[in-house]
Amino acid sequence: MATTTSLPTGDTFPEPELLAVSRPSEAARRRRPRGLLGRVLVLLALSALTIVFIYPFVWLISASFKPRGEVFDNKLIPETFTFQNYLDVWQEAPIGLWLLNTAIVTVLAAVTVTISSAMVAWGFSYFRFRGREVLFGVVLATMMLPGAVTLIPTFLIWDALGQVGTLTPLWAGNLFGSAFYIFLMRQFFLTLPRETFEAAQIDGAGNWRIFTRIALPLVKPALVVTLLFEFQAAWTDLMRPLIYLRDSSTFTIPRGLKAMLDQFGFGGEWHWEIVVTASVIATVPMIVIFFIGQRYFIEGVATTGTKG
Amino acid sequence: MSHAAPHPAPLTSQDRALRRPGRGRAPRRAGQDRARRRRNLAPLLFISPWILGFLIFTLWPVIYSAYLSFTDYDVINAPNWVGLDNYRQLAEDPKIGLSLWNTAYYTFIGVPLHILVSLALALLLNQAGRSAGFFRTAFFLPKMTPPVAAGILLLLLFNGEQGLVNEVLGWFGFDGPSWTTDPTWVKPGLILLSLWSIGSSTIILLAALRNVPNELYESARVDGAGFLQRTVHVTLPMISGTIFFLVIVNTIGHFQTFTEAYTAYFGSGNTTYSNDAALFYVIYLFQQGFEFLHMGYASAMAWLLFVIIMIFTAIQLWFSQRFVFYEGRQ
Repeated sequence: MATTTSLPTGDTFPEPELLAVSRPSEAARRRRPRGLLGRVLVLLALSALTIVFIYPFVWLISASFKPRGEVFDNKLIPETFTFQNYLDVWQEAPIGLWLLNTAIVTVLAAVTVTISSAMVAWGFSYFRFRGREVLFGVVLATMMLPGAVTLIPTFLIWDALGQVGTLTPLWAGNLFGSAFYIFLMRQFFLTLPRETFEAAQIDGAGNWRIFTRIALPLVKPALVVTLLFEFQAAWTDLMRPLIYLRDSSTFTIPRGLKAMLDQFGFGGEWHWEIVVTASVIATVPMIVIFFIGQRYFIEGVATTGTKG
Repeated sequence: MSHAAPHPAPLTSQDRALRRPGRGRAPRRAGQDRARRRRNLAPLLFISPWILGFLIFTLWPVIYSAYLSFTDYDVINAPNWVGLDNYRQLAEDPKIGLSLWNTAYYTFIGVPLHILVSLALALLLNQAGRSAGFFRTAFFLPKMTPPVAAGILLLLLFNGEQGLVNEVLGWFGFDGPSWTTDPTWVKPGLILLSLWSIGSSTIILLAALRNVPNELYESARVDGAGFLQRTVHVTLPMISGTIFFLVIVNTIGHFQTFTEAYTAYFGSGNTTYSNDAALFYVIYLFQQGFEFLHMGYASAMAWLLFVIIMIFTAIQLWFSQRFVFYEGRQ
């Protein structure tokens, strides 16, 4: 949509610098406030804000090591340090099973949507065919459709296929690609110089070979971004597990966490230390994934804003 | 939109797929035709996953949802045609008005705050030089929290009596409200929570700030413009496209907010609260569709939401054409 950057014209290979949109340029680095005082004030403000943004995590982790009576004491260092909550939480709920279910859904969702969206994006960027612009317009238009409109008929489809209560509805729709990722990857494919593929075509390489052997490796950053984004989306989703999962043995971790909140939070038991510990267990994998793919997450987000 | 093809060749019918040079004269006509047909089939094969998915998971659901909105349907019995009854009921149902009010409150206070705070963070980060990377990471991290865990954190940190937020307010002599139980404060609490995860907007704005050509600042400085003047006359116009993009995307997102509020204030076991203050539109739609099994009514609700979102997006696009500065367009 709104954009102030134009796409690279395609003289250079974009990998891996393609994702360097938000790296400070020489010019940006020179644009610092000149005074020492100004710089100190900026750093102080940023540090204070960092505490605001990070402290809830610290609070949560700290509370998960406190006994029941001290969860709400808001102390940074637990007065009584205990591992008991982590032992109890496995007793109280099938957390291991939930983590396994979530891992299955997440990996399937991320891998299928990356492959299918890459194929479709390549179809829309490499080939010229009648109706291409119109069809791609339809792809973009589907992004504007609120999910609520298709929510109920989609449920009825999975119900008719007998898949309600299984994990399938949480990922199988990804076999057909996703408009946002198709758009994102097409932007990357369009930056590739056409001559690369013409040479391969003269050598007799088929379409599939050109796609898998030449095109895909050149847009590896975009593939990683898609994988990571979808991994996060699938891991944290609550609404679809609420709709499709019935038995506690099929729950994903957000669905299970909501069930634990209902049972141990307000439900009358007030075992908040269990809820807190389960929240840590649900969050830590996302933090780990973020630090593994940090560069891709941040550059990927920056790209969606400037290339949108 | 800036996805113009980088290789502007005329679009002729022979050009649909690339021709191999050196071939293409008279002999072996049949084989050639077959080859061309195969080449024309290739793009179709590549985009076929999307075509299938569009037909099954978008087009059919849209049509069927429109049909359902004129019926009574509880999944067990066949849909029963009721004409405009559902739409008439939308006008009479007090919870529709309530959930629309809650959603409007959340959106029209939440989105401007979201933009202002992320812009302030991005401007600060843009001044931070080499350490920007570290702070950018810190601001993005909350975005990784599962929204269910964020909803739980809301209940814990904003607890009126023991919560950390009120304890900190107490240091400064403020007597914090009962964020999670007082209906007046439930939505402000949810808005504050939503500000916790503004990391991606901040990153997008920072990227836009870094794309502003430095020469513009140099010449503004030569003209004697201070930081505030440079921000208002150079920075904001140059990133106005990105700001409008974020306004549109976040408005659509806020209209459909669900998980944090549902986690904190709805679901089984949670009967002690008056939930009305947190009844957002999609939560009510979810309840109607999947808890009360009023799928016809829920479908009508979905179409009302669709119309509302379209109207606001159209208004915003109209505004953006008037006020957004796009590079290369005078």
